[in-house]
Formats: sequence, C-alpha cells, structure tokens
Amino acid sequence: MSITVSHISKSYGKVTALKDISFDVKKGELFGLIGPDGAGKTTLFRILTTLLFADEGTATVAGYDLVNDYKKIRSHVGYMPGRFSLYQDLTVEENLNFFATIFGTTIEENYDLIKEIYVQIEPFKTRRAGKLSGGMKQKLALSCALIHKPKVLFLDEPTTGVDPVSRKEFWEMLKRLQQKGITILVSTPYMDEAALCDRIALIQDGKILEIDTPEAIVKHYPKKIYDVRSDHMYKLILDLNAFQHKHSVYPFGEFVHYTDTREAFNTAELENYLKEKGHQNIIIKPTKTTIEDTFMELAK
Amino acid sequence: MKTILFIIQKEFKQIFRNKGMLPIIFVLPLLQLVILSNAATFEIKNIKFSYVDRDHSTTSRALIKKFNASTYFNVLQAFPSQAIANEAMLQGKVDVVLEIPKYFERNLQKEKHTKLGITINAIDGAAAGVENVYVTQILQQFNKKLATKLMQPTDVKNRPKSIESIPLFWYNETLNYKTFMVPGILVLLVTMITLFLSGMNIVREKEIGTLEQINVTPIKKYQFIIGKLFPFWVIGFGLLTIGLILGKVIFNVPIIGSLPLIYFYTGIYLFVILGMGFFISNFTDTQQQAMFIAWFFVVIFILMSGLFTPIESMPQWAQQITELNPVKYFVQVMRMVMLKGASFTDILPQILKTATYAIVMNGLAVWSYKKTN
Repeated sequence: MSITVSHISKSYGKVTALKDISFDVKKGELFGLIGPDGAGKTTLFRILTTLLFADEGTATVAGYDLVNDYKKIRSHVGYMPGRFSLYQDLTVEENLNFFATIFGTTIEENYDLIKEIYVQIEPFKTRRAGKLSGGMKQKLALSCALIHKPKVLFLDEPTTGVDPVSRKEFWEMLKRLQQKGITILVSTPYMDEAALCDRIALIQDGKILEIDTPEAIVKHYPKKIYDVRSDHMYKLILDLNAFQHKHSVYPFGEFVHYTDTREAFNTAELENYLKEKGHQNIIIKPTKTTIEDTFMELAK
Repeated sequence: MKTILFIIQKEFKQIFRNKGMLPIIFVLPLLQLVILSNAATFEIKNIKFSYVDRDHSTTSRALIKKFNASTYFNVLQAFPSQAIANEAMLQGKVDVVLEIPKYFERNLQKEKHTKLGITINAIDGAAAGVENVYVTQILQQFNKKLATKLMQPTDVKNRPKSIESIPLFWYNETLNYKTFMVPGILVLLVTMITLFLSGMNIVREKEIGTLEQINVTPIKKYQFIIGKLFPFWVIGFGLLTIGLILGKVIFNVPIIGSLPLIYFYTGIYLFVILGMGFFISNFTDTQQQAMFIAWFFVVIFILMSGLFTPIESMPQWAQQITELNPVKYFVQVMRMVMLKGASFTDILPQILKTATYAIVMNGLAVWSYKKTN
C-alpha cells in the first residue's frame, strides 16, 4: 500500500473539515478525490503532506507513519498545491534548480522523469515564472514536484482554471507518470476527469460517500436516466420538478437529466404531460449514467 | 551548507530583481539621512523678535542693536504698545517681545538698577527655554559692558569680584548638531530597513504560497532561516557602510573610534533586529500586518532610544523600559565609538546586553517557526 488512511478527522474550531476518513491507495495507482469546493480535499492533502496535524486517526504515506516519520515522508512525496506557488520572480530554470537543490539532488540526475514535461517549457527556461501562461505554469509546477523522484505525488486540483486542451494533456502526462510506478493522489472538482482515474473517492462535507472504480460507481446508480429537452429549458425544469413521478431533475449540458420513481416508466406519458404544459420539440431518450449523476444522487 | 548557499543566492536574486525594492532599500534611507540630519535640529535660530521701546534713549537703542547683531534673533519691528505686541504674539507673528520701560537709561545711571519685561511664546516649552537662555546671555553681555561704561573712577576699588565660567565642550567642541545626529539617524535607518525587510520577507512567501511548498521539502529549519536572514544581515552592513561614508563626506562627522568595533557591534545588533523581524513574520499572515507591527515597535524604539530626547530626562518607569530597547544601545555605541573613541571594554556592557537580546530573540523566533500548523 502506498497510502493508507484510517479514521482521519480534522476540525477547525466548530467546523468539521474531515470526518472519519479511511481509504487505501495501492502502489502505482492513480487515485482521484472527487468533490465540490469545500468538501475537505485540500485539508486531507495538507494532512497527508505533513503540513497539518489530524485531530484523530492515523495514516501512512509511502510506508512511513504520518507523525513519527514525517521527515522521511517529506523526502519521498511531491506536492503540487492548488494555487500556483513557485517563485514568480525567478526563471523557469532557477525555480527547478531551487527545488532540486533543497531536495539534495540536481536536474540532471532526475532529468529522465521530467523530460517529457520539461521539454515543452524548456524553450522558455530563461523566462520568469510569473510571465508564463497558465498551462506552462502548471507544467513547471509539476516538474518541480517531480524533480526529486517522489514515490507518491499529491496534486491538489491541478486542472482548476486550466483550458480544456491543457487539461487533456495534463491527464495524459499523469497516465505516463503512473506507468513509471509513481502513486498519484489527485483531487478535482471536475466529474469528467474522474473517469480517467483508476479508482475514485467521492467526498462531500468531509465525508467519503463512495470509493470504487469509476465504472463500478456508475453501475451502482439505481435508476435509468433520460435526456430531456424542449424549446423552453427553464420552464422544462420547473415542469419536470412538478411532475408527480419525478425522482430527480438536473440540468446537464443541453439536456435535463431526468429519473422516474417507477421501475416501469413510459416516456410517452412524460411527453404527453409536457405537451399539455405547452412544450414543443420535445426529445426524451435514455442516456448513459455519468459520475456526476452518481455524485448528485449520493449527495442528495 | 550547499542548501543554505543556494537559498542565499536565491534571496539575493529576488531582492535585486525587484525593481521597486532596490530604491527603497538603498536610495530612500540615504535621502532620509541627508534630509533628517539637516532638518532634525534642536538649534533655535531665526527667532521672531520684536520690542516695545518706551524709553527711546541711546542705551535702549544700543540694547536693540545687540539683538539685531545676534544670528539667533530676527528683529522684526517695534510695537508702540505692549497690547499691540501681545496681539501680534497671539497671531503667531512674533515669538519674543522685549519691553523697555520708560526712564530705562535714567534709572540705570542713577540707581544702577532697572527692570526689563520679556514675553516668550512658550507653546513649545523646549524652544521657549532655549530662547530665554539666548535673551539672558545677550542681556548679561550688555549689562557687563554697560557697567564698565557707567563706572566712576572712584568705584574701581569697590568693584565687585565676579565669577565667570568658561565652558569647554568635549567630544563636540563646536556644538555641531549634525555631529550628534548623524550617528543616531544612521542607527534609525539600519534598524528600520532591516526590520521591515526581514519582517516582510517570510510573510511574503506565506502570501504567495511558496512557504507551503517549501515546508513539504526535507529542508531543515535552520537552513531555511539562515538562508532567509543572511542576505538582510549583509544589507544591514551595506547600509551602515554607505551611511558612514556619506556622514564623513557630507557632514564631516568625526569617526574617532575603531571602525572594526562599530562593525562588530552592528553584526550582533543586526541579529537582534533580524530575529525580531522573523518573530513578527511568524505571527502574521500578510505583509500588511507585518508592516504595521514592525512600525509599532520601530516608533516606540526610536522615541525611547535617546536619539531625539535624552533618556535621563524620561520618568523613572520609562527609563526602565528603555533597558529593553536595542536601539538605545546601538545609539549609545555609535555615539560613544564615533565621537568619543570608546574602546571594546567601554562598550562591553552594551555588547553583552545586545548579545543576550540577540540570543533570546532568535531563540523565540526559531521556536515559534513551525513547518506544520
């Protein structure tokens, strides 16, 4: 096991940030913490990277105890905080050199590991970090977190505020790092990214709702979901919510995701209901369950 | 060791890349040195002087002439009556009014005795005191001359013996105010700049989030602290050096004592200030907070340092508080070594107190710096 967390709790005064969290991450696994803002993801990261003490519970990272061996953990983990936190007034190369030195290594020594990422920003190595674009900053931050060849990599919302192309690239990079045997714990508020993880933990209000592979989590969803749309989306949501057999109604892109309380649900019935309400161009069709649907259902 | 060197190198790079910071570190303090040393003076000059002459005699005119000749007084005008003179003082047009009574000359000659009325604006008590001394000096000189003039040959035998004191002003013979102020203001600048910079520096890493990143690394507490503070130690010396050169070149301030001794003491003193800055930054989350707290201490330290007002004239409780003021010791040492040529043993008490202070302050700072929170 690369990370084991058992019964971790943490509160700030009266606010409970984490409540009895337990999970394991296997070596070389890409594990995702999926949850909305304020769910406690960052607190958990700060505890696991030895920046914060947990009120209760124990955990090990890379085989070391969180409290007794915190010094060893610091040499073996890479941490990329949610906010870009490198020296804006140092150049790309100086930042990388700085982190290499304080980890007691050099860029050359671990160049293999960061090569793929670093070559993309190497043309700008004399540019100050503050002047880089968002995607490049993120690549630099990842390079800095990897420079000492960590066994476990913690990425706290690495793709928040990054454009879709860079996000996609970033996840491809993570997949390749995973192949090199690095355990990765990544948090994200984006449900679509969850599908790219080996396993995910859905977390809300400091509690873990469910832990499983993305496919399994989706299969757990008990209902059949229908995509519904018409000309008046806002009115549609109101009318669907007013429908006597509705189970859940959530806007989802250009459709509304609708589930019915009954096993035997006939789409024609709903269509007639909506027509009565004056909707036109009605489409009702079954659709695939996503992690977001599952999350919404669990978080209900 | 390599890590420390690398952090120091990084700090210097950041300081010298910060285009807004460099002038603040080096140019502004030196401007202050030049301006303050010239402006912050207790010498009272250009006193607005006026008079009411009711006598209109040769003697009264001679007395006014005396005031006219003095560089301290600006004889503005004669008022016809005391009431008008009082009105002018109320409006702040004059500081000192001399009233020469009627029969001034006659009384002097006949009775060898007369009285003069002097009114001084005493809103600034210290200044009024100094003005009083100046007026008295001029009157005494005038009196002496007059006495000789009025003396009859028969009086010579009975001439009263008088005691005259001739003061010698040691260590600052010409009573040059700048000689006294420049070492003090230099202390002020070195203290202010190093305290602000060190206080804000670590908070800045907190603000931009790099501290969190660094805390996850295996870097040792002492490596980080030394690496962070050493550059400001060097900058403190840099400021002292430039200040001493300017003091010598522009103000011709004597440096009688040994320069290495000044640097040796400054080295210890800077530890106190850096420790203090570091301590402040451990308890603050933003540069703004750090700045306010640093200001609070700097103002108290400076006003209670004996730089502008003598510690001896403070109330007893305040004098005891100044024992805790590192700036006081630095001001004392600078003045003692630069102006009196004090030796190592002379300033040993100050060295010991400052060194103790440095150990306590840095101990507290290291103790309060936590990599976890």
